[in-house]
Amino acid sequence: MAPESFRTDYNRVAGLGSARDGTGHWWTQRLTAIALVPLALAFVLLFGSSLGGGHEAAIETFRRPLAALTAILFIAVGFFHLQLGLRVVIEDYVHGKRLAFTLLILNVLLCWGLAAGGVFSVARIAFGYAG
Amino acid sequence: MAGTNGGNRPLSPHATIYRWPLNAVMSILHRMTGVGMALGAVLVVWWFLALSASPDYFAFVDRLMTSIAGDFVLTCLLAALWYHLCNGIRHLIWDTGAGLDERSVRRSAVAGWCGTALLTVGSLLVISNGT
Repeated sequence: MAPESFRTDYNRVAGLGSARDGTGHWWTQRLTAIALVPLALAFVLLFGSSLGGGHEAAIETFRRPLAALTAILFIAVGFFHLQLGLRVVIEDYVHGKRLAFTLLILNVLLCWGLAAGGVFSVARIAFGYAG
Repeated sequence: MAGTNGGNRPLSPHATIYRWPLNAVMSILHRMTGVGMALGAVLVVWWFLALSASPDYFAFVDRLMTSIAGDFVLTCLLAALWYHLCNGIRHLIWDTGAGLDERSVRRSAVAGWCGTALLTVGSLLVISNGT
């Protein structure tokens, strides 16, 4: 029987697991999870105490560099983590190939789009272009 | 492979029949809180977009999120976040290979629930003190 390709068996699997994309997904999920522990704690306090406190006070809060950085990192890392998690949920529970594929694409696009929107608006506030 | 009854036979692990073990409940809750927080992520981005857009639009979004329905949804999402964080830490510990015996697992489950309750009540108190 002719070989399907000239790549050796080892070359085809080097760095990959049985899921074909190796440990990249798993590792990134843990890494973002660790980062999100302090970020979530800090962000909830900032965001929660700004809720219902009026426009001016909220702008004042997120104009501070540390607050803006916390919000930007939480949004960016949070959406990264969300995208990784939702991907697993879609892979596990959506069985129709076409629907699953559509959702997997939408998941990536929406997560990146929303993250960009969030980071952009916090940056706009921090740099003084809003309020 | 297919049975004589057209694939209509009961499938392992009979999830609808047996009593759910605590860890099965916590595992599915981890996923449910994760998926649920997608809504929270959208709300956070919406709030920041509104904050950077204009005081009028911000007033509309902020009033919506601090209404009775808004408070209810955000409080649920807050509890979901802390649950996911606490249970996520359990997963991170398990990833090191530690705490996987039955006794430790049960103990960390209780710790996870206590952590969730404490963080939820604690953060709500801090937040409501701020405003």
